[in-house]
Order: sequence, then C-alpha cells, then structure tokens
Amino acid sequence: MKLTLKIWRQENAKAKGKFETYQLDGVSPEMSFLEMLDYHNEKLILEGTNPVAFDNDCREGICGMCGLYINGRPHGPDEDNTTCQLHMRKFNDGDTIVIEPWRSKAFPVIKDLIVDRTALDKLIIAGGYISADTGSAPEANSIPIPKHKADLSFNANECVGCGACVAVCKNASAMLFVAAKVSHLALLPQGKIEASERVLKMVKEMDKLGFGNCSNTGACEAECPKSVSISNIARLNREYICAGLTHEN
Amino acid sequence: MSNFFTTSIGKKLVMSLCGLFLAVFLLVHLSINSLLIICDNHTFNVAANFMAKNKLIKVVEIVLFLGLFLHIIYGIWLQIQNWMSRPVGYVKTNHSQTSFFSKYMIHTAIVIFIFLVLHFMDFFLKAKFFKDQMPPEIGGLEDMATAVILKFKMLPYVIIYIVCIFILGFHLFHSFQSAFQTLGLDHKIYTPIIKTAGVIYALIIIIGYSLIPLVVYFTFPNPA
Repeated sequence: MKLTLKIWRQENAKAKGKFETYQLDGVSPEMSFLEMLDYHNEKLILEGTNPVAFDNDCREGICGMCGLYINGRPHGPDEDNTTCQLHMRKFNDGDTIVIEPWRSKAFPVIKDLIVDRTALDKLIIAGGYISADTGSAPEANSIPIPKHKADLSFNANECVGCGACVAVCKNASAMLFVAAKVSHLALLPQGKIEASERVLKMVKEMDKLGFGNCSNTGACEAECPKSVSISNIARLNREYICAGLTHEN
Repeated sequence: MSNFFTTSIGKKLVMSLCGLFLAVFLLVHLSINSLLIICDNHTFNVAANFMAKNKLIKVVEIVLFLGLFLHIIYGIWLQIQNWMSRPVGYVKTNHSQTSFFSKYMIHTAIVIFIFLVLHFMDFFLKAKFFKDQMPPEIGGLEDMATAVILKFKMLPYVIIYIVCIFILGFHLFHSFQSAFQTLGLDHKIYTPIIKTAGVIYALIIIIGYSLIPLVVYFTFPNPA
C-alpha cells in the first residue's frame, strides 16, 4: 500500500505545531496502525529526521495508552477498537490519512501526537476508588450482588481511560469517563458507602480541570472503544443530583 | 449545596427543568392558537383574553419568563464553557453516529431567540402596552383574532414564521429526551418510550404551529 500521511508535528508543549505531509510506500495491510507508524519512524530515523512521537504501551487494546485522532475519528474508522487494534486493511491503497492528537484544554499536547492525560488521573484521585482495605479476594458468595447490577458495573469498569470520549465530544466533556468510574463503584455494595462523597468530589474536580459540559449527543458512546454506555451518564446525573441536594457538608 | 447550581451538572439540571416547563407552555400556547382554525374568532378571543387577564395565569406568566430567562442565561453560560474547553480544534472532523440535531442546539437556539423577540413585539407587547396599534375591542374583548389574521395574511410573515417553527422543532427533537437524560431518568423500557414521545412531541409542535398560518392564509377572508 502507498499512503499519504498528514501528521501533526509539535516540538514541545510551548512550540507552535503544524501538519507535515509524508509519502509512505510499502505498507502491508496486515500491519497494525501503530506498526505502520513504527515503519514510518524507521524511515524518518534513517533519513536523519526526528521520528513521530506517539503514546502506546500494551498494544493489546487493554491499557488505554494509545489514542490518535485518525481521519476525524478517535481510534480511527473501526468500531469498538483502540488505535493499536486498528489494522491497515481498513484503509485503501492511495489513501490520505490525517493523524491529530486528542484536542482538549484538559489534554495539552506534550509532543507531536502525545497529550498529557494527567487530568484523568486527577479525576480518579479525587474519588474514583473505595477507601476500605479490601484485602485478598473474598469468597464470591459472601456479598450477594444481583447479576444485572454486576453486568452494568462490569460494562462501566471496561473503561480503559484512553480519553476518546473527551476527544470526540464537541464540548471536550469527560462525563462518560467520570460516569463510568462513578457507576462502576456505585452499583456495587463495596462502593455504595462512599457513593455520595465520590460523585461530589469527582464532578467538582472535573469542572476544575476545564472539561466541557455534556450535551447528551452520544458521540462518546459511539466512539468509546469499550462501548461504555451513556446510561452511565444518566446514573452519574442521578447520583449527583441526589448527593448534591441531600449531602450535609 | 450552595454551589450546586453552578456546577456542570447543576447548570444542566436548571436547563432541563426550565426546558421541560417551556415545552409544556408550547403545548398550551398551541392549543389556544388552534381555536382560531378549529372554532371561530370569538372563541379564540375569549381564550386569549382569559390568558391575558386571569390572575393565576399572570403568576404563571412570571414563572414562564423566569424559566425562559434562566434557560437562556444558563444555555449561554454552558456554551461559553464548552467553547473554551477546546481552544484548538481538529482539522478533520468526521461526525460520529449521533443525533444530528444535538450538534446544532446553540444555533437553533439563536434563531428561536430572534423569533421570540419579534413574536413578543408583534403580539405580546402590542396587546399589553401599545393597545392603539391593536384592532378595536369587540364586546369588551381584545380582538387578538384579527391581529393574528392580519399578520398571517402576509406571505413573507407566514414563510418566516413556518421556517422558525421548523427550527424550533429541530431544537425540540433533541432537547426533550436530553432533558430526561440530564435528570438521570434512564431506564431500559422507559427511555425508548421517552425518545419516541420526544419525536412525536416535536412533530406535533411543527405540524400544529405551521398549520395555523397556512389555514389562515389560504382559507380565511381578509379582515375588514
């Protein structure tokens, strides 16, 4: 395959970035998208040019590190996939591929396609956990949990924190991420105890970090590589309204 | 609690509650307007005068204006924050599989606001404060029917009115179900029903409000 790549290049957080256009020949349809970038970088290094910086880690679709805005969509044209699980067979010979970093005030660009997603960590630090020492795994039947609640919690917990929801939202809102963390814990008895405090702290932090507001467009759900449902956002709203109107502190 | 209504979700809550209240008002307004084409001028005038003079309705009118004011102010507040949350946009955007109308809420809202201002100037303000510009009273009743017919006999006015009603409908297509989502009312069985109800509601508003000027323009005689 022969491709034209338009890639965002930015030396550092303070530099003014711009798009660079590259011609890349010899791409195999079997390559993953990240392998194609590796291949491209090898060529750049041999030419004495700086390789393109991009985030990645497990390359198995489970860590949430990779995240590129490919041809106007987070994680590219495939459904329910992270960038590392996208393969070049999804493109055609002669295609032009535009690759941009996540764009959000809360995700400043560090270099080229790498953005600082510390904001998502700050949201977890604000309350996305339970304080109790859980020890080792308990006996499975000691705390009964209805199957449908366990399933809903599991769906929310599938969030890998890649930030695609923020990247695609027209308001750069982190509501789906926060909703996933709040729902995952609020649905389970162990997390229910701190549910009110958690939701109040996480929403307060979300607003502080400069994320936008939710317009209920559903773009986050459509582009989430793990298909986390926006019904979690409704649950977040429900939890927050109840906590906000009744919490004593 | 003191800061509740200034948080992102608190602001959205205000937007949704005001929006639902305004949605109910639109239905009431439509039912009264419909009297002009379903019944006659006199029935319409009786209903319009009741709405203008009844003391309880006057209280509701204050709540209505407050709701409209909050809906607009909070809408602008949220939109400015949304614009600020992405200082650098994407070069290439490829719309996701989402509701079409949800992406243009602020745009449709601006058109609706301009329409509302013109609508107030044409009917509400004239009936309240500039009675000399209104048709003469009939039997002690403000002749709102003639005022409406005079407007709807003007083709450009009818066209602008219907275009604005369609844009209002587009706003409602998304906002009705969105309000329930914001209130946290999501359910496996009821949410699809709410979504369908939202579409039916928007269609009722579009068809109902568009039909009145069309019927008046094509079938009503010119007022003497």
